[in-house]
Amino acid sequence: MSGKASAEAIFAENRDVGPLAAIDPRARLAAALTFLALLAMLHSAPALAAALAASVAVAIYARLPLLPTLRRLMAVEGFLVFLLVTLPLTIPGPALFSLFGLPVSAEGLRRAIVILVRVNAGVLMAAALLSTMGTMRLAAAMNGIGIPASLAHLFQLTVRYIAVFYEEYARLRRAMRARGFRAGSNRHSWRSLGHLLGMLVLRSAERAERVAWAMRARGFTGRYPAFVQRPLERIDRRFLLVWPLLLVALAWLEFA
Amino acid sequence: MAHIPDGILSIPVLAGGAVVTAVSLGIALKRLDEDSLPRVAVVAALFFVASLINVSIGPTSVHLLLSGLMGLVLGWAAVPAVFVGLVLQAIFFGFGGVTTLGVNTMNIALPGILWAFLFSPVIADATPRRAAFVGAAVAALSVASTAVMVALVLTLSDTAYTISARIVLISYGPLLVGEAVITGFACAFLARVSPEMLWARHRRGGKIAVS
Repeated sequence: MSGKASAEAIFAENRDVGPLAAIDPRARLAAALTFLALLAMLHSAPALAAALAASVAVAIYARLPLLPTLRRLMAVEGFLVFLLVTLPLTIPGPALFSLFGLPVSAEGLRRAIVILVRVNAGVLMAAALLSTMGTMRLAAAMNGIGIPASLAHLFQLTVRYIAVFYEEYARLRRAMRARGFRAGSNRHSWRSLGHLLGMLVLRSAERAERVAWAMRARGFTGRYPAFVQRPLERIDRRFLLVWPLLLVALAWLEFA
Repeated sequence: MAHIPDGILSIPVLAGGAVVTAVSLGIALKRLDEDSLPRVAVVAALFFVASLINVSIGPTSVHLLLSGLMGLVLGWAAVPAVFVGLVLQAIFFGFGGVTTLGVNTMNIALPGILWAFLFSPVIADATPRRAAFVGAAVAALSVASTAVMVALVLTLSDTAYTISARIVLISYGPLLVGEAVITGFACAFLARVSPEMLWARHRRGGKIAVS
């Protein structure tokens, strides 16, 4: 993914507009975590098929945009390619057919499909429940389900400064281009990029100093005001009631 | 390739990684004081942006991991920095997973911290030339350790992954070279311009490192 698109993906702060936006971010985060944890334990065909169906249903309900979602699924498939190719060829068992003289085992193919379904169900569910809420809501939700406040605040502050450094980086790269720099595979390019990186580290350290002092000047003593959580409403309670039913159904399909 | 998605690893491996990361996050967060929280956030943001830099190595190109440089500059604070970066990558770009956050943070952050700590006496008072070689060594060793840990985590999850794990191991080659070269030049630059970023008197690590 290009840098610009990444920076935009993180800063689309007012994106919490889909049909799922009515549900409290804490409930959505808890739902995603429990679903993904259970998903890691599923092996049987009916349970995995149901999990994938649930993921697709939630993704459609959340109105995930089609093309970016497909692109995201493709990116994950990149990691899986090796596994999917090697498993059917290396796991012993009765051969289904042979490919370039290598036997393709039924057991290996089954394992490959299990992984493919599990990974895609996970990516879809995480995209539907979490990617739509924006970073600041996510930070509050993290704290709301028991992650230490210092980590949630660090997350929030980091996201804030990614925008700043992305600008800085783009500016330095523009300046390099203006002087005729084109990145290639040679010593000069690597030296220039190394120096660029060193320069960014230096500037970030200087800015870190200024930020720390500015926060001190405004009375920061290492603690932020606590995150504000809204009370759970009817729709949240309904969601929190329905979600365990889904999890129990999946567990029943797997273990019964 | 260091970003393992959800749904591949076994439960014991996931749990093990989560415990290791939780403990190291606990250690790192306990050492953050009121001044270092904003500092770490600012530098973590920089490393996130820097990992978007594309470096051409021969016919391929790689995105940097920068775990070695993070270990040198941030010390223990590299754990929350990597963790936050991985959360953003997993949730907003779909690289890596949510249940694998523990394993991935462990694989990327811990080698950088360990090697930076071991090499910190050598980089103190170093000439730019020596800083370059030490930085390159720390970066190369960190990437190599990460590659071995990723392969190990895959193999421990399921012995059927062994062949894939070996392919993954080889695929780290270009990244290792790129990291070593770029980190080397960056360390030479820092040693010349602002050596206190890499080392500080009376302690291990640099000016803003949490050690």
